[in-house]
Amino acid sequence: MTMLALFQPGLYHLLAVSIALLTAGVAVILTKRNAVGILMGVELILNAAGLNFVAFNRYVWANAVDGQMFTLFIIVLAAAEAAVALAIFLNFYNNFDTINVDQADELQG
Amino acid sequence: MFTTLAAGTETDSLAQVAPFLYLIFAAITILSAWMIVISQNIVRMAMYLLFTLGGVAGLYFLMSAEFLAAIQLIVYAGGTLILIVFGVMLTSKNPFIRLQSMLWERCVAIGLGLLLAMLMIIALANTPIKQTGTEAVAQNHDIHTLAITMLSKYLVPFEVAAVLLLVVMIGAAFMARRRA
Repeated sequence: MTMLALFQPGLYHLLAVSIALLTAGVAVILTKRNAVGILMGVELILNAAGLNFVAFNRYVWANAVDGQMFTLFIIVLAAAEAAVALAIFLNFYNNFDTINVDQADELQG
Repeated sequence: MFTTLAAGTETDSLAQVAPFLYLIFAAITILSAWMIVISQNIVRMAMYLLFTLGGVAGLYFLMSAEFLAAIQLIVYAGGTLILIVFGVMLTSKNPFIRLQSMLWERCVAIGLGLLLAMLMIIALANTPIKQTGTEAVAQNHDIHTLAITMLSKYLVPFEVAAVLLLVVMIGAAFMARRRA
């Protein structure tokens, strides 16, 4: 019973998950060459931020639902960002026949 | 144990299963998030991302944010992820292409990630946070309050998000079109 009480979800349990998500997102952005893979890393980081907002809303300031509202807007912005980013990637692929970000060096001085 | 089961109200029974649910959802979320880092196959990465998003939706359920969990599943897992999978299919000649990243790059990335995690844990340990009880949650965290808040306090951001989605739709369609 004490073992279970240890995992009774509280603020710090959710923050631990959020930290793991954020670090995974940063590692994905740093390692992947594929632009769509980098986009997945960004989605992971946005999810970590949303989890943080809901956790603090739930356990620290439960008098309002502002944190949940912010997470809603994060989800909306993530959808918009994914749509625009994929349009750019598609355009890039049509012009250069690759999606590798190492080869996107047209603007390099 | 048995007395609490016999006399338990609904919230008590939720408190009894909450640790199990938390462990399951947290394990799904974290494991699949790090499998995205390890995996070399873009389609598998998309699959692991789906499990991560589902796990986060479960955690939202656990924090009594049911509407947000539903939106997470509908918009993220149903919309954004499908968009990403279509992006994968449209931008690779071979969908099972291997993403080669060198070993030292992966080591540096994972080391930087762990460093970042250490930084945040230290910062969190040094930050006093005053937590509130769960009574306010039962009072305030329902869809009714969420709807009232969205259409009163957050009406302007709501409208701006609507305009943003329109701009994104037109812009994405314009940019992704095939030129003659």
